[in-house]
Amino acid sequence: MSIDADKPGGTPSSPGVVERKKVSRVVSAKTSVPQRIVAIWASRELLGHLVRSSIKVKYKNSALGLIWSMVSPAMTLIIFWLVFGVVLHNAIPNFVIYLFSGLLFFNFFQTGVQMATGTIVDNAGLVKKVSFPREILCLAAVGTSGVFLFFQAIVMVIFLVVLQYAPDWGLLWLLIPAFLATAIFSSALGIALAAVNVYLRDTKHLIEVVLTAWFWGTPIVYSFVNTIYPHISHHGLTWIYMLNPMSPVVLTTQRVIYAHPIVHLTSPGAPLMELLPSWGWGTYLWMDMIVISVSSILLWISLVIFGRLEGNFAETL
Amino acid sequence: MADGVAVSVEDVSKRFRLYQDRGTSLKERLVKRGKTRYEDLWALKHISFEVGEGETVGIIGHNGSGKSTLLKSICGVLQPSEGQIVVNGTIAGLLELGAGFQHELSGRDNIYLNGSMLGLSKKEIDDIFDDIVEFAELEKFIDNQVKFYSSGMYVRLGFAVAVNVNPDVLVIDEVLAVGDERFQRKCINRIREFQDQGRTIIFVSHAAAQVRAICDRAVVLDQGKIITVANPGEAIRVFRDSLLAVEDRVNPQQVPNQDDQALPSSTNPARSVRIDQVRVNGSIPGVQPVITTGEPIKIDIDYHATSAVENAAFTFEIYAGDGSTEPVLVVRCASDEEGLVFDLNEGYNTALITLPTWPMTDGSYFLNVGVATRNEGMMFDWKEKAVMFETVYSGRNEGMLSLPYEIVLREQ
Repeated sequence: MSIDADKPGGTPSSPGVVERKKVSRVVSAKTSVPQRIVAIWASRELLGHLVRSSIKVKYKNSALGLIWSMVSPAMTLIIFWLVFGVVLHNAIPNFVIYLFSGLLFFNFFQTGVQMATGTIVDNAGLVKKVSFPREILCLAAVGTSGVFLFFQAIVMVIFLVVLQYAPDWGLLWLLIPAFLATAIFSSALGIALAAVNVYLRDTKHLIEVVLTAWFWGTPIVYSFVNTIYPHISHHGLTWIYMLNPMSPVVLTTQRVIYAHPIVHLTSPGAPLMELLPSWGWGTYLWMDMIVISVSSILLWISLVIFGRLEGNFAETL
Repeated sequence: MADGVAVSVEDVSKRFRLYQDRGTSLKERLVKRGKTRYEDLWALKHISFEVGEGETVGIIGHNGSGKSTLLKSICGVLQPSEGQIVVNGTIAGLLELGAGFQHELSGRDNIYLNGSMLGLSKKEIDDIFDDIVEFAELEKFIDNQVKFYSSGMYVRLGFAVAVNVNPDVLVIDEVLAVGDERFQRKCINRIREFQDQGRTIIFVSHAAAQVRAICDRAVVLDQGKIITVANPGEAIRVFRDSLLAVEDRVNPQQVPNQDDQALPSSTNPARSVRIDQVRVNGSIPGVQPVITTGEPIKIDIDYHATSAVENAAFTFEIYAGDGSTEPVLVVRCASDEEGLVFDLNEGYNTALITLPTWPMTDGSYFLNVGVATRNEGMMFDWKEKAVMFETVYSGRNEGMLSLPYEIVLREQ
């Protein structure tokens, strides 16, 4: 990672002369959400620098560097595969791919939210002394998690190549709305929690516990259609499960990468099993769009919360 | 907001809520629910002023007057509880040099990180990168991690980034007291360049001399309120008066000499010494004395002590300047810093300060005189521009100073 890497978006200016357009800034306890969004957008380059520096700092003196960001999820993957695939023998073919496709975006979400929650407190020195839109710190945490996602995706591709497993090429584009949904939802949650964490330091510990439970509430290790749906559908309660925005996202990535909704189990007799919902792409897209819309509203609300709480950050830290 | 205004502070108030031992964990909050007591402290009360484009404004006030809170609010680190501050253009704050540096990263990376925090794009930082490194004199170390920098290097880099991003408004909080003297002078020069370029500077300092030297106007704060906005000389006078007032507030019951029961306690002991008149070489008030270079200067200070005072110190400053230019400090002496303290008796007395030779050449000078307790713990009285005097120089040499010299030939 070089900080000198050329980056688009720099405004052209004549060499030597720093020309900037006049900007007006209002410091007040009552800045509206659109004003906040404009300020965040204006600092987008800072976001890049913060992501880069946080990754640089994190792996500064370690020999393996970024590889560590792959080791921990790989370990999770191996353990689940051993426990469920080998020991408990759930008989799902290519169970590693199924797991990986679900873990990929959930890790992105989990790491992002966890890092964002602590970020304001961790960067107290900055928050107390330097002025910039503080939400950027939370977005940088989600962004850093996005970089980890990128590296894990590379590992994923290696897995697919080694196992000679083909994703559903025709639906690959569905990963984009799924990614957006996760990114916006993580940011919304991260921004709100980071602000609360300044006043109640329990938030950081609490969210770790909640995220562990959240993991099991999302169909990553088990199959939604096979395990959950039969129990709750006749009560008309499927929607409750789908209130978890990560469920549609994870189902989408599984559908795209695992590609086979119905599989032959590897148990004797090779019975058929509906592993993933056999909806058309439209349903997946529609679900992801709902998550994106709801998350955008949540993001707006979390910006309001953040704005309310931000005024006393410098004093409370 | 009117044109030509760089910073407009509009009816700003800031409340701090001082909690007594407020918990930050959920358990503590629940246990102490409703029991946490707090006091409201208004650090700023209805502050309004404007800073014009290209103007240099000083903010002075004693500790706790709210000047740092005001500065942080202008920078946007704190949000005012009421009112708003509008900043026209980019702003760079030097609240603490090197704030925002990542210790693990190299100087180079930190310049980019810091620059982008100040709102610059990568391209803009590329353009000024060499200037920053050169100004900070860190060419050799720019790729070293910042955590290996000495404190001087750290501070130089911080200042270099802040001044080289060329903000429209530069905010400086008593940071000029860092670095060696040469670097300080470099910083002051840089600030002057800034002024010449028509940029706006807001400058906070305790140091009256710096405010006098740099600022066009000064805002004096006391207890979160503006007492005056005036030219630096006038503002410093008001500031000194407010210091006296603070001492009246802080020490109303304090009696300087506890042993002397007979002392008349009708006047406030904090003001127990007053300077009545100051004369230079026996001058008469209203007539400007003229001193020839090389002559001795005798300063008579007539003072009135309403009670006996132990360990008093005399302070005097001589500035060069006739009011048309910025005054330049020639000398400042505080007698207690050299171990000279005096026990003043009650009544009308005179102190005599003698400077055996006055080395300065032609020009106008003025004298400030003060009486304080040891280490300026309490200022009894301060006379700004107590005496103005002219100096004539009869020699043929040029320069500010007349230095006696001799030349001998040492032929073998």
